[in-house]
Amino acid sequence: MIIEKGKVLSVRELTPNIFLIEVSSPKIARTIRPGQFCNIKVSETSYPLLRRPFSVCNIQDDIIYFMFDVHGEGTKILSHKRNGDILDILGPLGNGFTIPSGIRRLIILAGGLGSAPFPYLTKQYQDRLEISSFVGGRSKDYVTDFGLVNVKFATDDGSKGFKGTVLQLFSNSFNDNSPNDIKILACGPTPMLRAVKQFCEGKNLDCDISTESAMACGFGICQGCPIEKKNDDGSYFLVCKDGPVFNIRDVKI
Amino acid sequence: MNADLRVKIGKLELKNPVILASGTVGYGNEISEFTDLCKIGAIVTKSISLKSRKGNPPQRIVETASGMLNAIGLANIGVDEFIKNKIPFLQRLDSTVICNIAASSIEEYEQCVRILDPEETIKAFEINVSCPNVKDGGLSFGNDLNYVRQITNKLRGVTSKTLIIKLSPNNSDIKNFAQAAKDEGADAVSAINTLVGTSFDIYSHMPKIKNITGGLSGPAIKPIALAKVLEISRSVDIPILGIGGISNWKDAVEFMICGASAFQLGTINFINPNAGMEIIDGLIQYCNQCKISNISDLTKSYLLNEN
Repeated sequence: MIIEKGKVLSVRELTPNIFLIEVSSPKIARTIRPGQFCNIKVSETSYPLLRRPFSVCNIQDDIIYFMFDVHGEGTKILSHKRNGDILDILGPLGNGFTIPSGIRRLIILAGGLGSAPFPYLTKQYQDRLEISSFVGGRSKDYVTDFGLVNVKFATDDGSKGFKGTVLQLFSNSFNDNSPNDIKILACGPTPMLRAVKQFCEGKNLDCDISTESAMACGFGICQGCPIEKKNDDGSYFLVCKDGPVFNIRDVKI
Repeated sequence: MNADLRVKIGKLELKNPVILASGTVGYGNEISEFTDLCKIGAIVTKSISLKSRKGNPPQRIVETASGMLNAIGLANIGVDEFIKNKIPFLQRLDSTVICNIAASSIEEYEQCVRILDPEETIKAFEINVSCPNVKDGGLSFGNDLNYVRQITNKLRGVTSKTLIIKLSPNNSDIKNFAQAAKDEGADAVSAINTLVGTSFDIYSHMPKIKNITGGLSGPAIKPIALAKVLEISRSVDIPILGIGGISNWKDAVEFMICGASAFQLGTINFINPNAGMEIIDGLIQYCNQCKISNISDLTKSYLLNEN
């Protein structure tokens, strides 16, 4: 964990709702793993006050890519960054995805901006493993195949790909009865993750989910980002330190 | 020749007036990756209670204008686990450790201090009588003069270490609480804890924090905290640890001018975990610039223009 002053190289729109920012941040870029995140201060003032957490989307040498949508003041400011601007980045934070040996196929289930953590994972594993990506969202403006391979889309309004949810799209095509060499990786809104949990438990599929939470520090001291443990007395993990990636069996969602 | 940054709080001598506040440094281990804790005046542990507390359900925090609301609910590992797993790390730090205690009854406060008092690593106790986010104890103690008296009196009988009472701003007369603490033998007071606040989502009509209300902290509360410190300073002769929205050395100097002997950094640690070190550097430069040889001369220096 370090704080690095990164230099913005570009900000571009992947769709009218999804942005990609490219930042040179050599120290963090060289150590961060797929599924980890950074906590970014988007301004030098107290507006906004807190850092904002972003999954690492992809890495290219010294460059980190973060994918985001504009849903508040912090992300609005981020979308207006120009080449050469300095970004105060704290990272790498949290734990990444776990791909056990013996896994032959990765299945990515992404809801909207939930595709953000997967380009880097795809880059690291596409030579070794078979990867299928299922990306869902409200409409075509909310989904992207950036950095993914073998992508199938689902949209609520049918404006791109299958009309329906990403889980419906995936489950329609899934008929594997020996799931031991498959790993599901999911990221998206809570209702989607709940449905994924039910599906994976029903079929005994191993699944990691990348979760999100409001948080202040990002490294365990504010205790602001609890997520309930599955088989316990209702005590909590911290999303920032114990996650943001959890095995779906270990948490209540 | 740099200024002498040492300050005294009761029996406690600190190498500088920079203290990292309870609930914003955990038990020291995570933040030590970003900052040199042995150069910081002191750190205050996350509140410890007799038994572990799992804390409040999510959502626990939300950002507000120049501030944040939190309702963590005193999530902590409890006294036994603290001694077993956290004290060894704190022992290795060459930093002054102040242990913050939270409890639901006077007896629990007493028991916690009794158990922790023999730990040499702990140099002082800060008593949290003002947490706004738990149902039992917390603020209900902090708003009751009698409780503050009784708690201070009991704990004074249990420990001879520096005893600091952390006061709530959520009452009308903070100076009376400071006086009560002093009368019963406290060595210092910390002022202020967070202010009760809330925030609602305008579309769901739901509170943004599950606990409905939370404690407001950050730059937004600094003017209020300064006024409270000044109020105590004018009427009670007790060392004050100023706290509330300090983000840089200028804010810190303001607190000392208004009467603080030392000050605590809270929310800023979440944003810049190295803020304490940067503030020490800023204070040294300020003292050189203003030809201040002892930083403790700054305390209550509002009086300079009143006499």
